[in-house]
Amino acid sequence: MTTEELKIELLALNPALTFEEGGEWLNMNVAADDWLPFAEALRYTDSTYFDYLFCLTCVDWKTHLTMVYHLTSTRYRHNIVVKVKLDRTAPAIESVCRIWKTAEFHEREVFELFGVNFLNHPDLRKLILPDDWEGYPLRKDYEDPINLIKQ
Amino acid sequence: MDVTQDTAVQPFPGEVHQSPGGGIVTSKLDDVINWARSNSLWPLVFGTSCCAIEMMSAASAKYDFSRFGFEVTRATPRQADVIIISGTIVNKMAPVLKRLYDQMADPKYVIAMGACATSGGPFFYNTYSVVKGADHIIPVDVYVAGCPPRPEALLHALITLQDKIKAGATREQIRKESRLVTPK
Repeated sequence: MTTEELKIELLALNPALTFEEGGEWLNMNVAADDWLPFAEALRYTDSTYFDYLFCLTCVDWKTHLTMVYHLTSTRYRHNIVVKVKLDRTAPAIESVCRIWKTAEFHEREVFELFGVNFLNHPDLRKLILPDDWEGYPLRKDYEDPINLIKQ
Repeated sequence: MDVTQDTAVQPFPGEVHQSPGGGIVTSKLDDVINWARSNSLWPLVFGTSCCAIEMMSAASAKYDFSRFGFEVTRATPRQADVIIISGTIVNKMAPVLKRLYDQMADPKYVIAMGACATSGGPFFYNTYSVVKGADHIIPVDVYVAGCPPRPEALLHALITLQDKIKAGATREQIRKESRLVTPK
């Protein structure tokens, strides 16, 4: 399937998608409220069949946060990148670990490093940081006068 | 202390007095003990990042640090004489490193291999998790520059450590000699 054909398939799943040009893979933005039904559609629609979430991360843009999901299909070998813009003061998004099991640990990592609250996550604890850690170290405004030497 | 490569080739400390039917060696017990110690330094199996790959290379056939007496790496601190800190030490690893060092029997020696173990290296700035030099945790005898250092650099560090021991320095003198950064 070409990129243009894939775009048409994806727009059928969610007409509100906006695509970004440039980049190695097809990039798209989706609203946070639409994310869970869209993710389910991506995974379970026969023509898309994105069965493998190979990267889940977050970006702090200082004005807002962006969740970034890299998906691939082991059947069709096509890749997409889905971006979801989140409010920075109280970031929350639906968990996708029921769809892709690997998201469970990745979401815990984003939770501890960026403070994103994943709704309906089965076990939202810190993954690597100590349990009594305060603050979100990968946010751009993170301050730690003892351990962090700024440059 | 003037560390030169010449001391490394001294076969045995002491003087040989020829006599009919053989010879007599006179030496000092301290020198003999230092000679023995320096030629049998067993490293601990310990590596935290890419420097460990270079350390494994130095241990394997091409570079083969057992030629110099680093015969076997030991998987328990109780049997190890030297710990080569090969890699980044993060705050979560620091208590583990301290505990390993405490469990090693005296005399024990420490080599900080590479930029991370020496100063935090590429993680010195803007990092919340990395210890800025392993000498904040345990005293270091020899520092190796590089990111990561080549196996030759590690071999040089190992021989430098041997020279320091053979030169007769006590554990405390070696420690003082190598203190580039004063621990807080």
